[in-house]
Amino acid sequence: MKRQSLTRDGWWPVLFVAPLFAGVVVFYLWPLTQSLYYSFTEWGVFGSSTWTGLDNYVRLVGDAAVYRAIINTLVYTGILLVGIPIAVAFAALLNRPGLRYAMVYRTCFFLPYIAMPTAISMVWRIIYNNDFGVINAALGVVGIEGPAWISTEWFSLVAVAIMGLWMSIGFNMIILSAGLKGIPPELYEATAIDGANHWRQFRSITVPLLTPSIFFLSVMTFIAGFQLFDLLYALLGPANPVMPKTQSLVFLYYDAAFSSNEKGYASAIGILILLIIGLFTLVQFRLQRRWVHYVD
Amino acid sequence: MLIVASIVMIFPFLWQIKMSLSTQADITSVPPILIPTSLEWGNFAEVFTRLPFLSQFWVSIAVTTLRTVAQIILCSMAGYAFARMHFRFKGVLLALLLSILMVPTQVYLIPQYQIIQSAGLLDTILGIAAPGLFSAFGTFLMMQFFKAMPLELEQAARLDGCNSWQIFWRVMLPLAKPGIISLAIITVLASWNDLLWPLVVASTPDTMPLSVGLATLQGYQGSVDTGVLMAASLMAMAPILIAFILLQRRVVEGIAHAGLK
Repeated sequence: MKRQSLTRDGWWPVLFVAPLFAGVVVFYLWPLTQSLYYSFTEWGVFGSSTWTGLDNYVRLVGDAAVYRAIINTLVYTGILLVGIPIAVAFAALLNRPGLRYAMVYRTCFFLPYIAMPTAISMVWRIIYNNDFGVINAALGVVGIEGPAWISTEWFSLVAVAIMGLWMSIGFNMIILSAGLKGIPPELYEATAIDGANHWRQFRSITVPLLTPSIFFLSVMTFIAGFQLFDLLYALLGPANPVMPKTQSLVFLYYDAAFSSNEKGYASAIGILILLIIGLFTLVQFRLQRRWVHYVD
Repeated sequence: MLIVASIVMIFPFLWQIKMSLSTQADITSVPPILIPTSLEWGNFAEVFTRLPFLSQFWVSIAVTTLRTVAQIILCSMAGYAFARMHFRFKGVLLALLLSILMVPTQVYLIPQYQIIQSAGLLDTILGIAAPGLFSAFGTFLMMQFFKAMPLELEQAARLDGCNSWQIFWRVMLPLAKPGIISLAIITVLASWNDLLWPLVVASTPDTMPLSVGLATLQGYQGSVDTGVLMAASLMAMAPILIAFILLQRRVVEGIAHAGLK
């Protein structure tokens, strides 16, 4: 059977796969090996590179900016993770049978996720403005003097993270709603007969059976969180004086590669991002056995 | 509770619409005012005279179209081969695809830039579109889709004397429409909103896509009214927002489908 299918397919697979792989080799596989090589080199002014061994990595380990970028990225990711329980609550509320205007609510939660980050950042810049922004005006009503969000250390990071959270809830809810549809309604009916109220059902049925979706989202949130760049660039602006204290690893990479033209060092930062994301994903998969319930 | 949360979620959009119709004085008034004192529809017209909006809009459309069409064709072909054909090195090729899927895109950035540079494609639509024409993610998505389709259809077509290309093109591809829609939605979204790669490749205002154009608009602040900038950002998002509201059910299914594969 297998031999027959081998002869049957003949050269066809080459025809089907070659166009994609031509591009994949040129734009992904070759660049990947190049990046790895570059991370062991230093670049001259005229684009020549010399092998410097582990120099870039030694510099990486001693670079305070790298540690600050890792901390910033972790804080940002931590705030994004708060979006998962929020999304669980709203997804459960939205997926109640017979809810009126469910489509309207869904659209409201969903729009931030598809909005162009650079376009909507322009709006958020004004919302965060410390003179005529709505947030500080609202804080002023309750007697708090709001900070200059966009230009104050830590507040700038929180401002970026709140916006990131706002954008991520829609995606979280899509994944969780798909998860909710997979929960058999008989479970709710059976426990309702046993006298369980909504809150109890939510805790003992909904949340445990959503753990595979929640796990998927936490992995995705880490990966997306460590790729933070667009919102920093668009909301704060690349020339913002607070940037060195707010920047992410990707921003540091971009700055080294395309502003200060240290392509060797930038490549080392790129490899570091790869290692950190790989490590976190591995750890999460290790830990999942402790809290994720799969229905057989 | 849902109502309050929904209002919070769409508030930035409402505020943006309000500002796009406001005078500079209304926007910067302290405390902020909810209803503009006059409606400045002229802001929208000024977008076209004061900013390179039209040419950037065209770049965004061209790049997004190129990427989406190329991915649909290339990823479907390769995905179909991986799902249904037998050939040497299939496992190795799949493992290579999987490995590039796991690597964050920044790692490719410098070498990709050099390739585009040496091909003389910096600051061109093709250069901005190029790496995104090929997708490991899309290939996996389509492979999963083809794997789930029944074998009998192909066997019947083969008995009718169709060759592999005819089976793919006439029988399987039309049936894979839901998978293709899923891939198209994700590619359009990612491509329209993409910032980092076009930021690196495009350097003149007329060849930037809107995402980059808007990010560099801060230079215009002061010389162009905020209301005009708000009108520009609103128009930049509008095609995606409108299309996705109209196709909401499909979009939600597509994203859920792609996310969970």
